[in-house]
Amino acid sequence: MPTTYTDLIAEIRKNISTVSLEEIKRRLEANEPMVLVDVREKEENRAGYIPGAISVPRGFLEMQIEQKVPDKNAPVVLYCAGGTRSALAAKTLIDLGYTRVESANPGFVRWKDLGYPMETPPQLSDAQRDRYSRHLLLPEVGEAGQAKLLASKILLLGAGGLGSPAALYLAAAGVGTIGLVDADVVDASNLQRQIMHATSRVGMPKVDSGEQTIRDLNPDVKVVKFEERLTSHNVERIFRDFDIIVDGCDNFPTRYLVNDASVWMKKPVVHGSIFRFEGQVTTFHPAAGGPCYRCLYPEPPPPHLAPSCQEAGVLGILPGVVGTIQATEAIKLVLGQGNPLVGRLLTYDSLRMKFGELKLRKDKTCPVCGPAPTITTYIDYEFFCNIG
Amino acid sequence: MPVVRIPTPLRTLTGSKDEVEATGATVGELIEDLEKRHPGIRDRLLDEKGVRRFVNIFVGDEDIRFLDGLSTELKATDHISIVPAIAGGSGA
Repeated sequence: MPTTYTDLIAEIRKNISTVSLEEIKRRLEANEPMVLVDVREKEENRAGYIPGAISVPRGFLEMQIEQKVPDKNAPVVLYCAGGTRSALAAKTLIDLGYTRVESANPGFVRWKDLGYPMETPPQLSDAQRDRYSRHLLLPEVGEAGQAKLLASKILLLGAGGLGSPAALYLAAAGVGTIGLVDADVVDASNLQRQIMHATSRVGMPKVDSGEQTIRDLNPDVKVVKFEERLTSHNVERIFRDFDIIVDGCDNFPTRYLVNDASVWMKKPVVHGSIFRFEGQVTTFHPAAGGPCYRCLYPEPPPPHLAPSCQEAGVLGILPGVVGTIQATEAIKLVLGQGNPLVGRLLTYDSLRMKFGELKLRKDKTCPVCGPAPTITTYIDYEFFCNIG
Repeated sequence: MPVVRIPTPLRTLTGSKDEVEATGATVGELIEDLEKRHPGIRDRLLDEKGVRRFVNIFVGDEDIRFLDGLSTELKATDHISIVPAIAGGSGA
C-alpha cells in the first residue's frame, strides 16, 4: 500500500500504459480510431486542446466518462498538461473496466512547444455577447455556460406540440445544434398548439418549417433534420451525435424505443407527456443513478386497453407549459446547474392549476436498466393510437 | 376518507370526476370499494397478477410497489394517485 504521493504515483505508473506525443500525432494523422480525452480543467482546455479531444476534467471523470465514452473496449488516450493527472485518470478508467487505456507522456505543454496542431474553443463574438447578455449576467451561466450551450447538441423527438416551445426556447438560448425528428407535414389543425409552424407553411414538412423558424430566431443554431419515424433501425444513428434527448413523441412504441436506446447509449431523456388538460415531465438519467421509463412502466399497455386517439383533444397551451419545462430541464443538464427531475415526476393539472410531484424509483428488477436485464435488443411494439 | 385522484382516461367510469372518495384499510381494499362505487374500474387497474404493469398507484408521493403493494396500509387522510402510462406528446 503506497504511503506517500511519490509512492502512489510510482505504483500507478507501473500499472498503466503510456504513449508518446509523437505516437499520438502519428495516430491522429493516420486517422486511427482513438478517443482522446483531455482531463485538464475546463479553463486549461479553453486555452487550447489536441484536435478532436473531448474534455472531461479529472474531477468529473468517474461521473461523466461512461456517458462520453460508453464503449469500455474503445481505445482511450488520456492527456493532461504534463502526464501526471492523466496517469491518475488512467488508473481510474482501468478500475471502471476500460480495457484499452493509455496515458500520454508527457502532455499538452510539450505538445504545444513541439508546435503540434491544436484547436481552441470558439470565443463569443460581439454579436453573441449582445444576444446572450442576459445569460452572461447570470453567474450560473456566464461565458463558460454560454459556451457550453453553444457547443451542446439536443435532439427533439417530435416537432409538434411539445417540440415547438422546446425548440424555440432552446434556439433562443443558443443551443448550438438542435436535431428535429418528425416525419409529418404541417396541418392547419396543428397550429392551435404547434407554435413553431405557421399558416403560410401548411403542407410543408415539419422539420423544414421548424428549421425556418429556428433560423429566423437565432442564426447561431445548426438544425439537423430527420424527416423520418424513429424505428429500431435508425434510432442509434439518429441519437449518436446528440448529448440530450427531449422526448415529445406521441406513441408508446417510440417511447419504449427511446428509453431502451437512451439507457444503452447512456443519454439523458427529458420526458414530457400531455393528455387533454394534464401533463407530466420527468428526466430519465439512469447513468446518473435515476430510474428509466421501464422502471416505471415495464411494458406498454396492450392496444385494446389504450384509449383511441380519434377523439383526442388537448388544450393548446398545455404542451406550451410542458415543453417549456422540458427545455428548462435540458438547459440545466447542459449547464450542470440545479436539480433535474431525476427520480421525480412533475404533474401539472391546468384546470385546477396545480403542480404535483411523485417519487420515481429505480426498479432493481427493471428489464432494461436493472442488474439482470431481460431486454437486450430493440423491440418493435405494434403501432397503435393511445391518446384519447 | 382517503381521496383518490382519477386520471383522465378513467374518468369515463367516475362520471367525469377527477377526484373520488373511497374507503379501505389497504390499497387492495380501497380498489374493491372503488369497484363498488364505479363498476369496471378494478379491471382497468388490476389483472390476475396484481396492479397492471402500465399503471402505477401512489400513496402520497410514494409508489406502492416500493411500499407494501396492494397491502399498503391507508390512513383516512391519505391521497391516492393513479398514474397510467400516457404517451401523448406532439398530438399530431
